[in-house]
Amino acid sequence: MIPRFVAAAAVFVLLLGACAAEKPATSAGSSASCDKGSLPLVQEGVLTVATDRPAYPPWFKGSPQHYTGFEGDLASGIAKQLGLPIKWVVEPFNKSYAPGPKDFDFDINQISITPERSRVVDFSDGYFDDNQGVLALEGGPVTQASSLADLKNAQLGTQVGTTSLTFINSKIQPAGDPKVFDQTNDAKTALENKQIDALVTDVVTTVYLRDFEIKGSTVVGQYPTHEPFGMLFEKGSPLVGCVNDALGKLRSDGTLHKLQSKWLKDYLNVPTLKD
Amino acid sequence: MNVADERAVTVENVTKSFGDNVVLQDISMSVSPHEVVCLIGASGSGKSTLLKCINLLEPVDSGKIVVAGEAITEARVDVNRIRRHIGIVFQAFNLFPHMTVTRNITLGPIEALGMDKADATERALELLDRFGLADKKDEYPDRLSGGQQQRVAIVRALAMRPRLMLLDEVTSALDPELVAEVLGLIRELATGGMTMLIATHEMGFARDIADRVCFLHNGRILEEGRPEKIFSAPENPRTKQFLQRIIAAGRL
Amino acid sequence: MLGNRNVLISSASTVVFLALIVAVVAFAPGTSLVTQRFFDLHHLKAAFTGTVSTPSVVAAFGLNVEMFLIAEVFILAIALVIAVVRSIPGPVFFPLRAVAVAYTDLFRGVPLILVLYILGFGIPGLGLQFFSQQSDVVYGVTALVLVYSAYVAEVYRAGIDSVHESQAAAARSLGLSTWQSLRFVVLPQAIRRVVPPLLNDFIGLQKDTALVSVLGPTEAARAAQIYGAEQFNYASYVIAAVLFVLITIPLARFTDHLIKRDRQRRRTGVPQ
Repeated sequence: MIPRFVAAAAVFVLLLGACAAEKPATSAGSSASCDKGSLPLVQEGVLTVATDRPAYPPWFKGSPQHYTGFEGDLASGIAKQLGLPIKWVVEPFNKSYAPGPKDFDFDINQISITPERSRVVDFSDGYFDDNQGVLALEGGPVTQASSLADLKNAQLGTQVGTTSLTFINSKIQPAGDPKVFDQTNDAKTALENKQIDALVTDVVTTVYLRDFEIKGSTVVGQYPTHEPFGMLFEKGSPLVGCVNDALGKLRSDGTLHKLQSKWLKDYLNVPTLKD
Repeated sequence: MNVADERAVTVENVTKSFGDNVVLQDISMSVSPHEVVCLIGASGSGKSTLLKCINLLEPVDSGKIVVAGEAITEARVDVNRIRRHIGIVFQAFNLFPHMTVTRNITLGPIEALGMDKADATERALELLDRFGLADKKDEYPDRLSGGQQQRVAIVRALAMRPRLMLLDEVTSALDPELVAEVLGLIRELATGGMTMLIATHEMGFARDIADRVCFLHNGRILEEGRPEKIFSAPENPRTKQFLQRIIAAGRL
Repeated sequence: MLGNRNVLISSASTVVFLALIVAVVAFAPGTSLVTQRFFDLHHLKAAFTGTVSTPSVVAAFGLNVEMFLIAEVFILAIALVIAVVRSIPGPVFFPLRAVAVAYTDLFRGVPLILVLYILGFGIPGLGLQFFSQQSDVVYGVTALVLVYSAYVAEVYRAGIDSVHESQAAAARSLGLSTWQSLRFVVLPQAIRRVVPPLLNDFIGLQKDTALVSVLGPTEAARAAQIYGAEQFNYASYVIAAVLFVLITIPLARFTDHLIKRDRQRRRTGVPQ
């Protein structure tokens, strides 16, 4: 009985160990061949791209079968450059940096490139420079704010795991704890209920929420943090180089700029908050 | 004043069924003050049910029960008040296992009769002392023998100073060597003039202690009379048959 | 002798088992990565104390303990009332019993997260005086109380049902009222029997306090998540897990102690 139990337990532990074990890291960066036949894809012949769900305009529009929007079109552009069809999968943001193999080739989800994140996952070059935005209800306590100092005593809210939260804690340093929600949706409801005075998220999202989601809201301002968004890869993924090459081409032939004007132009005209 | 008022208990035409099973059929009987009446009969003849009806633990379907002049089967009667004056002791003791012996005995007097805790404790200790249980006052029931538990259960009923005691097969769950101590206690109560209605299988005991014996069969009282008559010269053939079986089993 | 041999075997097998785990974990190809992500000393410390941009997991855990303690008091009381209401006999009390049944059916069936959302985002949205102006923690604790009362009421009820009806009959035969019989005879026995399952529910409650974070407040699991998301490291979750376990163990030992004491007392009597 006992030896058999020990053996079973040992096998179980071995399996756990095997799951936790990482593939040996191969060097990132430009790879010699970006031929679609030799690309190490999670699913052969298809570029598997992940994003969180729900996915918001203007980053995404349409359904997972055929996303458009700024990031949707960009990912499709990259797939086209690589000569591959695209397949969308769902990846919750907070799971995207878990250890172990990924079941996507890359994740595109307004993920800011930070040094901490870069230690455990790889990023493509930046494809968009993001700023933080502050959204409030008309006539609320912070509607007239013109600087970060004006926001110190406000009850702020944001989504967990975002650079917005880091921005609140390290730049605004509010008097009270910010409210931290699982989803931007919950932060939005809290703002509508006046449970928070202002919602902090990337400026594009604040404009989108103002125009389409939260009646009577106003974008108080943006703060230039210039955080580049990058596509996220499993650490050491040999795909990074090829995706960067493709992104480079889209940048140099003007596609990236065109996508920005098509999807994001209206979103970037917001006053800047002082320190 | 009604004639029945002089009786401790009067049962008139009581009928009781559980579903299709008729357990009491048109039962009429009575117990006078200071009288000891034994109910005998096979298991399932209705003895226990009759006792439970008198204590209102079971409602009757029809008929009337009068205790000390009060018709307790009336709809608006205060059940709790009636029960305070009727002690009942069960086959399975039913002591409260989470309470000490003393607390088992004082619970009723304190909570139902509103007695002062000190007085109730004093009364409990007196009773325990009288029945040789003084050294068990702080024990929990699980630590006592069956005989001791049943004696405590009787003391618990006595502490309420009942006008009437109902004893329901109180020795049936006991090992034979423990029966005597419990019967001894009941004898003592009878000698002291306690009015009792006793359902029992102990025929020898019934013959010794009872002023009157009722033989129940299938929910009816087929025969009743003084014990010497019932046990020596029963008239009803069912009674004869029952007693023959008992004698054959060596229990009389 | 046999006892000694069994102790020897169990010790030996424990040692072998642990050695196997250590060996497998230590020599797995990904061990250093996993160690770095879950057990890195720098990250463990930083998550413990907090940083400029992330809250301290330990400080946030104070909120879990606070919510747990407040909720527990209300749950124990409300659940007991529900269970007692459900066991009151008599046709007069049918409406009360029906309400109690409906309550347990509803709140055992609805996921806690939904109750949290409905209270935490729904009530404030109504714009009522007082009711809509409470803090998120108040809504969160209320949701915990609503859901767990339904569970705990069923635990109590199972306890009440497990006390043989002859106990109630004995109490009633002494002239005690239905309520007195419940209070002095049935409930004390019922509650003793349900202490272990109650503890089980409370460990669940303890962990479910983390769910209140969906309403905005930063408790330990959320603090760990914030650190993890910023640093891409799981050490903060390890800190949170250890805290949750640490508070559970004394609770479990305390219950063991209560059960043992009760059993011993009933077996041996209490010398005065």
